[in-house]
Amino acid sequence: MLLHAQNVTKTFGGLVAVNDVSLTVEPGSIVSVIGPNGAGKTTFFNVLTGIYKPTSGRIVFDGEDITGLRPDQITQRGIARTFQNIRLFNNMTVLENVLVGMHGRLHAGLWGSIFLTPAVRSEEQQARRRAFELLAFVGLERKPGELAKNLPYGDQRRLEIARAMATQPKLILLDEPTAGMNPQETSEAIHLIRRLRDELGITVILIEHDMRVVMTISERVTVLDYGAKIAEGKPEEIRSNPQVIEAYLGRGAVVA
Amino acid sequence: MRALSASPSPLSALNRGPLAYVLLTAYLLLATVLLLTNTRTSLSTDILFILFLLGFLLIYRARVAGLYKLVLGAVMLLVVVPYFGAQNAYYIELAIQAGIFVALALGLNVVVGFAGLLDLGYVAFFAVGAYLWGIFSTDQAGQFLSGFTALPADSFYLFLALGLFVGAFFGALLGLPVLRLRGDYLAIVTLGLGEVIRVLAVNLDRPVNITNGSQGIKSIARPPLPEVMRTLLPGLSDPQLYQLLIYLMGLLVVGLSIFIVYRLKNSRIGRAWEAIREDETAAIAMGVPLVRMKLLAFAVGASFAGAMGVLFAAKQQFINPPTFDLLRSIGILSMVILGGMGSIPGAILGGMLVTLLDLQILPRIATELGALKRQGIVIPDWFDPVQYQRALFGLLLIIMMIFRPEGIMPDQRRSEEMHSGEPAKPSQ
Repeated sequence: MLLHAQNVTKTFGGLVAVNDVSLTVEPGSIVSVIGPNGAGKTTFFNVLTGIYKPTSGRIVFDGEDITGLRPDQITQRGIARTFQNIRLFNNMTVLENVLVGMHGRLHAGLWGSIFLTPAVRSEEQQARRRAFELLAFVGLERKPGELAKNLPYGDQRRLEIARAMATQPKLILLDEPTAGMNPQETSEAIHLIRRLRDELGITVILIEHDMRVVMTISERVTVLDYGAKIAEGKPEEIRSNPQVIEAYLGRGAVVA
Repeated sequence: MRALSASPSPLSALNRGPLAYVLLTAYLLLATVLLLTNTRTSLSTDILFILFLLGFLLIYRARVAGLYKLVLGAVMLLVVVPYFGAQNAYYIELAIQAGIFVALALGLNVVVGFAGLLDLGYVAFFAVGAYLWGIFSTDQAGQFLSGFTALPADSFYLFLALGLFVGAFFGALLGLPVLRLRGDYLAIVTLGLGEVIRVLAVNLDRPVNITNGSQGIKSIARPPLPEVMRTLLPGLSDPQLYQLLIYLMGLLVVGLSIFIVYRLKNSRIGRAWEAIREDETAAIAMGVPLVRMKLLAFAVGASFAGAMGVLFAAKQQFINPPTFDLLRSIGILSMVILGGMGSIPGAILGGMLVTLLDLQILPRIATELGALKRQGIVIPDWFDPVQYQRALFGLLLIIMMIFRPEGIMPDQRRSEEMHSGEPAKPSQ
């Protein structure tokens, strides 16, 4: 398995945001984490990527214990992410956003950058070439010079994915990648997520509210409610799971 | 709004093809000739001097070959200014001061403009550089290192380089406690740390006398005059030669600073700084090590101040703590903001402009008003022009911030830098 979260708990004072959640992700799969608002999905992502340290529990990625590492160290080891409320570098260009994503994969240091050594020069050229490839992959190759904040919404989501891809991840965490999209944009996003896995072999975990998206692309679904895992399984199993329906629609919905 | 930019305007027709060369050269020649024929300190010379300096802006903006710009700039900086300075010491002193503050503005611009870390104690690193040379070029060091006597004056060059590293070291050192702070909190703590350095300079005369306290350090050594200068310029007196030497050293540090910040800005490191400024959380999630990159910004920014401090001590030959007070830090910050945060040409312009305002334009206005008053023109008694200099400066800043909050020359490399098939979208 690629990722193994064991009994992860995160509390903020008295609030248990994530309660003893375990999750196993096989390489090359697409997994969804769903749950009502405030179920702790994003907090769980933040724990996986090192933005929060888990109160207890362990996270093993690619055979290595990454619990308590800093976010940049975790990114370096191959977990990339996007954010629920898009967090691009607004006043940087599309190309620069992707180049920042490559930071951990480049080696130019202070002196190399000042003296612009041949090694640094060629590294920069390669980085730009690769950035253009990534932009082409998500369909933004015609807008490299545009400031990120001037992109339309759907393009911003795509740029976030390209930027995350620039870190050369093995696993990518997408936090509500289709939020706020119309049906047309949503189906394009689904297509893009599939291609991440099929063409680049990247494992995907996504948080998603749109059940059509979840049911269409995920191979496994994990359901959180009040910070705890209440169900896990194939999409069709989850669809008919009474506990899940109750969590979403309230008690009595199953009977009715 | 964008009067200075190269956007289409009636003026842009003049800035094209051979005409650009002719006009630029003609302007510079005229400004130079007028300046060199009016060397007495006066209102008209002040105006001519400013028109002459405006020439640098024109060189920067003109659409002429880069090499031609370089030659023009070099001639102006290395021939015209020193020659004019030899006629009138006041103006070369002005040029030296401007150079010092340009380097400081460039350094602070790395911290505030590039990395977005609001630093209100920046002058501390300038002080560190100044005291470094002050202490070791005089017998002051003997006060706490037994048997130590003043270093020979020619170790100045070593200390100029050392100033870079000592500045960088202190930059990182004072950066350490504030790594976790953002925005206003960061500003307050850096303000405090800056004051700590100044207060240390005041109080470190007991129990061991390191800084000589509030009396400051006297008779700091100047760099020795190279024999070449004496033989090349036999007409100049020693004080003039010293001034020229300091001017050239200042130019060297400024040039070096400009080179370094340009290279860093367009590198992996510059991008990481910018990412931190835009969104720390996203930056670290993309693999940018926050701690290392922030410390690097503090260190690089402080290094220029350290080197300039060494030069400043050698120029003044006397330093004392009040020179390095909070107001000075704020002054440097106003240069960066006035020029346009994150913009290298902006920092240069801001540094020159504020220095000129401070030392030349505002005092000149005060003098002229005073002269008018003596001639019997009614200026109310409560309005003492000399007293209102600072108020005028503040007023200018406020007007600037209302009408051009992004600064005079904001960073606009983005549109120019990208040459990627599609023509760049007009940015504003």
